[in-house]
Amino acid sequence: MSVTEDDVRRIARLARIAEPSDRLAALTGELNGILDWIEQLNEVDVEGVEPMTTPVKFPLPQREDAVTDGGIRDKVLANAPSSEEGFFVVPKSVE
Amino acid sequence: MSDHSYVLQGTTGDWEIVVGMEVHAQVASRSKLFSGSATEYGAEPNTQVSLVDAAMPGMLPVINAYCVEQAVRTGLGLNAQINKYSRFDRKNYFYPDLPQGYQISQFQFPIVGEGEIECERDDGSLFTVGIERLHLEQDAGKSIHDLDPNATYVDLNRSGVALMEIVSRPHIRTPDEAAAYMKTLRTIVRYLGTCGGDMEKGQMRADVNVSICRPGQYEKFRADGDFKHLGTRCEIKNVNSMRFIQQAIEYEARRQIDLVEEGGTVQQQTRLFDANKGVTRSMRSKEEAHDYRYFPCPDLLPLEIPQARIDEIKAELPELPADKRKRFVNELGLSEYDASVLAADKDRADYFEVVAAGHDAKIAANWVNNELFGRLNKEDLGITESPVSAGQLGKLVDLISTDVISGKIAKDVFEILWDEGGDPAEIVEKRGLKQVTDTGAIESVVDQLIAENPEQVTSIEKNPRALGWFVGQVMKAMQGKANPKAVNDILRQKLGL
Repeated sequence: MSVTEDDVRRIARLARIAEPSDRLAALTGELNGILDWIEQLNEVDVEGVEPMTTPVKFPLPQREDAVTDGGIRDKVLANAPSSEEGFFVVPKSVE
Repeated sequence: MSDHSYVLQGTTGDWEIVVGMEVHAQVASRSKLFSGSATEYGAEPNTQVSLVDAAMPGMLPVINAYCVEQAVRTGLGLNAQINKYSRFDRKNYFYPDLPQGYQISQFQFPIVGEGEIECERDDGSLFTVGIERLHLEQDAGKSIHDLDPNATYVDLNRSGVALMEIVSRPHIRTPDEAAAYMKTLRTIVRYLGTCGGDMEKGQMRADVNVSICRPGQYEKFRADGDFKHLGTRCEIKNVNSMRFIQQAIEYEARRQIDLVEEGGTVQQQTRLFDANKGVTRSMRSKEEAHDYRYFPCPDLLPLEIPQARIDEIKAELPELPADKRKRFVNELGLSEYDASVLAADKDRADYFEVVAAGHDAKIAANWVNNELFGRLNKEDLGITESPVSAGQLGKLVDLISTDVISGKIAKDVFEILWDEGGDPAEIVEKRGLKQVTDTGAIESVVDQLIAENPEQVTSIEKNPRALGWFVGQVMKAMQGKANPKAVNDILRQKLGL
């Protein structure tokens, strides 16, 4: 598996990071290097082995349905670049 | 099927539509899916937000067991497969009302699999809609665009509230069926108590997928399951009322037909319904669905539900509307219409069952559906706010079914119960409203009327339908207390009809 410069540009766009136009070729090479390295895993025979999403062998911890949090608006808004009347204020995002 | 088909005429021939729906139903829980903040509607902005909901670095989600159970309950109510193993995935997208940058959802392994529900059209006929799946996911926050011309205001109170996304098969063929499906879903979740179902508060919202096809194509799709028989679909996002669902489908179907007939092709895309203008417009291109880059959420272990727990939940399920409707018809002898009106709302059905318990069920249904609902609607009251209790109405039904009072007098007693309360039997007794079945009393009134109105007697010989005038006069003379059947019989006999 490998990526092209177009793929890298698209990944950057999806991740909302600035398009690295001057470093595109270099980044593509680096990413392909990483992919090549991971490719080696294909050598392992996993025939008949269930895919594993976690190595942890205990059940999903669950909590009761009770209100135990919230009511900390000042803390929640503390790092916001802009806020007003209890709202976060962000650049216009309507489509 | 053909009786209920929805055929649209185009310039190149007939068209039909195929509709599938994704309904988001908010779980009626106190706290959010993965955090302990409150879910109450209408709170001050950002007061029901924890550091988990605000996606502060290092915060970890912990699942709400109650929400899991409500998803299972709903799945059982949809006659669906409950998956003992399910898993949460991250659905990546950027939006200011989703501070995590991804929504925790279930993609590959949803908690509920295939099911089906029976829905009822306006004319009372039934149709079945397949359910593809139900999965749990987080709701996003709310963006407000009209407070400032250059900025969007974000309230994260809704961020992280548990949603059940219920995905239907494309088994819906008309705008009316789409509304009927939505109503049925709402009735089911309200019966189960898993979702409030209030569309105005956004507790239920629909994404509607619409495509067009030529007559006969849908049947091919149903035969082999191949989507190639159907047209390209457009998804209309977040439609929040039954009427808008119907309008959006009607508009979208016509738009696609016009587009195709002018030589264009339908692009798969997400559209918004503009309720003011009654039109749908393009929102964003959705050609690359894999842009979401789903992957298993590393913060959450797989969700495993023991069969024993599923069985427990199943044993606790209330009787569902479809079963209730059938029981009302088969065991209580109600008409299909009365049964479905009553079963459509749990509070109504519960009220009716108290009225009908030990009394005449047909008269009870008639009184609940007509007199009571009519009066409640007029006063804009819900069934739980009725000034007349189910117990009182039950006693009134008894007085009617045992011929103690006539239907007409019963209406007067109902008014007294509504305004003043009291015991129906006592009211009838104290105010002397008992029906007169004593034929002698009725006969003497009839004799007097005939003697005093020779012209009417002559005219009735020519026109027997004029009998109503006499019935009315007898009733008037006896303050409505005469048994109508007895009055009719005696009049016919005396007038020789």
